[in-house]
Amino acid sequence: MFNYYLQLGLRSLRRNPILTALMVLGIALGIGASMTTLTVFYLMGSDPIPWKSSKLHYVQLDNWSPDEGANSDNQPPDQVTYRDAVALMDAGKADKQAAMYKISLPVQPENPDVKPFMALGRATYADFFGLFEPAFAYGQAWGRDQDAQHARVIVLSDQTNETLFGGGDSVGKSVRMDGVDYTVVGVLKKWDLRVKYYDLTNGAFNNPEEFFMPFTTAIDTKRRSTGNNSCWRSPGAGWEAYLDSDCVWIQMWVQLDSPARQEEYMAFLNSYVEEQKKLGRFPRPLNNRLPDVKQWMTDQEVVSRDVEVQVGLAFAFLMVCLINTIGLLLAKFTRRAGEIGLRRALGASRRQVFAQFLIESGVVGLSGGLIGLALTGLGLVAVRSLYQQYANVTHLDWTMVLMTIGLAILAAVLAGLYPTWRACRVQPAAQLKM
Amino acid sequence: MEIRPILSALMRSKVSMILIGLQVALTLAIVCNALFIIGQRLDLMNRPSGMNEADTFTIGSIGFGQGFDVRSTITADLNLLRGLPGVAAATTTNAFPLSNSGWSSGLSLAPGQRTSTANTAFYFVDEHGIAAFGTQLVAGRDFKAEEIGFRTPNDEQLPRVAIMTRALAKLMFPDVADPVGKSFYFGGDDDAEPATVIGIIDHLQAPWVGSSIVDNALLLPSVLTGGSSASYLIRTEPGRRDEVMKAVEEKLGTANRSRIVRGLRSMEDRRTQVYAEDRAMTIILGSVIVALLGITALGIVGMASFWVAQRTRQIGTRRALGATRGDILRYFQTENFIITTLGLIVGGVLAYAFSLWLMNSYQSPRLPWYYVPVGFLCLWLLGQLAVLGPALRASRVPPAVATRSV
Repeated sequence: MFNYYLQLGLRSLRRNPILTALMVLGIALGIGASMTTLTVFYLMGSDPIPWKSSKLHYVQLDNWSPDEGANSDNQPPDQVTYRDAVALMDAGKADKQAAMYKISLPVQPENPDVKPFMALGRATYADFFGLFEPAFAYGQAWGRDQDAQHARVIVLSDQTNETLFGGGDSVGKSVRMDGVDYTVVGVLKKWDLRVKYYDLTNGAFNNPEEFFMPFTTAIDTKRRSTGNNSCWRSPGAGWEAYLDSDCVWIQMWVQLDSPARQEEYMAFLNSYVEEQKKLGRFPRPLNNRLPDVKQWMTDQEVVSRDVEVQVGLAFAFLMVCLINTIGLLLAKFTRRAGEIGLRRALGASRRQVFAQFLIESGVVGLSGGLIGLALTGLGLVAVRSLYQQYANVTHLDWTMVLMTIGLAILAAVLAGLYPTWRACRVQPAAQLKM
Repeated sequence: MEIRPILSALMRSKVSMILIGLQVALTLAIVCNALFIIGQRLDLMNRPSGMNEADTFTIGSIGFGQGFDVRSTITADLNLLRGLPGVAAATTTNAFPLSNSGWSSGLSLAPGQRTSTANTAFYFVDEHGIAAFGTQLVAGRDFKAEEIGFRTPNDEQLPRVAIMTRALAKLMFPDVADPVGKSFYFGGDDDAEPATVIGIIDHLQAPWVGSSIVDNALLLPSVLTGGSSASYLIRTEPGRRDEVMKAVEEKLGTANRSRIVRGLRSMEDRRTQVYAEDRAMTIILGSVIVALLGITALGIVGMASFWVAQRTRQIGTRRALGATRGDILRYFQTENFIITTLGLIVGGVLAYAFSLWLMNSYQSPRLPWYYVPVGFLCLWLLGQLAVLGPALRASRVPPAVATRSV
């Protein structure tokens, strides 16, 4: 019976081509708009590391001015000072921990055919690779002992390895950057991140860095951060004064494997800050935080307000399209009162008429969904060209494809409910009289 | 025009009427708010930066290796740049308007002041700074060559003279007619030394276009080098930008082999990029508005066509009883006007409710009142246009139809 109704539905689509085209187009446009915005919204906000996001915690300490907070909403600053980062690293109280900051260095390739270029890098600790789990193509991360030795070692991205060494196993080779030679210990595989969640301060949609080197080595060679730097009072003159200052420019992540460990770590942070208060630092009330990955993404408003407004508008638009479809279906079904009367007179039950017309609505939804899917694809291409930085969050995956079709059918069936109900109430006698 | 028969006919197809009315209501609410957001974004994008953007571009230099001498490189580069044909002015600066990255700090009026009087962006420039930005000095004097010193971000002492924008001067010295010669302090240290305002420029934006201090800029006489890097701001003679850009990239590239030249970008290019998100928002909202008006118009066409088909016999009867074609046309247009108006009344309430939601959730400003009446006019017009086709078809129904039975 289902197949028969499906055929009837398809045939009826062809009978009123203009009315049908209007309905299908309406649903397709509504679905295309909502799914385009929803895809961006969903990919921006979705958990970037679901298997351990609740164990990864960002460290926030409130070392700000006694006179005003770092933020209007009493959040602590979004980065930590060098003093505190090193103190927390030395204490080593978490299961894994890495302080880090953004650097950029001129690379001087040995190969004369490759021109010198600026590379963006990350100065961090050995645990970085265990925390965020990028995959290695060759070699491995440097060790904790190399952190302690300020070793001149480096991990390359696949792209940098391609540029410098043509993509081969370059472990053991050396790279000269700003007059210093660094030994390659590892090369990453291509690392695609939708959201660069480990450094939201310096651009949530940037790509991962082109190289990684030990934090201690970068400090040794007096590399300033090329990322965000904030001070609430003048740091004083010179590099040492800067390291000793209350300027924040370092991101700090810890892995805490259980809720109990989280509590312990929070207690440790609080006692650390109490100690510092005795030294005259941390003039503000105790306000340390340990947001996990998802909380940190929410705090930092990774999903932009524009995208939220767009999702809202797109769904309002879908609603208008559906109201439109209800009206058109109503018109269409009412026009077929004679056919319904005939079928009822020949013994079709109300339930059967109901099924037939609902399936017909579903067919409209399916057609609208298929075209809507194509429109969603086009919409995402458009969004990608409008927002270049969103390249990683404008792709359709299978979940979204199925959701698109499903939403279209659901929407059309919902829109068809009332017109179908009206169609069922047709009295056979009234239609056959004439 | 007899309204009563129209109303009683409408009462018989309440659902269709409600559907069209709802569609019109939602359309009005969305279109008003979307148009308002577009307007805000356009205002933002059209704010002047205070620079001569058309003829200006930037380029950066980063030296490498231990022996790199950043000071002599900058001096040589600037001499080279200023000697090039077509270059009107060139300076080094640590930041530019529209670049979204730079240095800001608080200024205060007295030593030991706990919270700053105003926050401002710093531009470290040499004596060609004002000329290179292409902004106007409206009071006081420009920097002198002997006031320019080299400094790194690690140096503590800031220069003792400064030029500020009129907007910043107004915040710092609200009651002073001529702020030239006034003193201020960087930060609130107890032993801070004062700096003096020596000039006022008309307008120059801070680097961050989304910031609340976008009109506050302070020019300081220094060549600021972040390690071995420097960046240059170059204004060309009118219309010669592209030609000079090419020449500059080539000349700087060959002038010194132990450095990288990069970041060659026109200010126009920076403007496009810095407002890319606002531009995207206006395009997306614009598309939604067009699609929405289209769907609503098509909905009205579909519904009206259906009604015309349903009432063909009645129309024929009316025509046979002496109604003119104009009467039939007016009947459908009045009917549409009534439905649209009912929808618009609901839509007006929805529009303000929607605006209220945007205000609460996103701190956006209140929807100005005139958007809704203008929306009324547009949707009335849209409804009348959409119904015109089906209504004309109805008016052409011959009276003879009345005598035919199905």
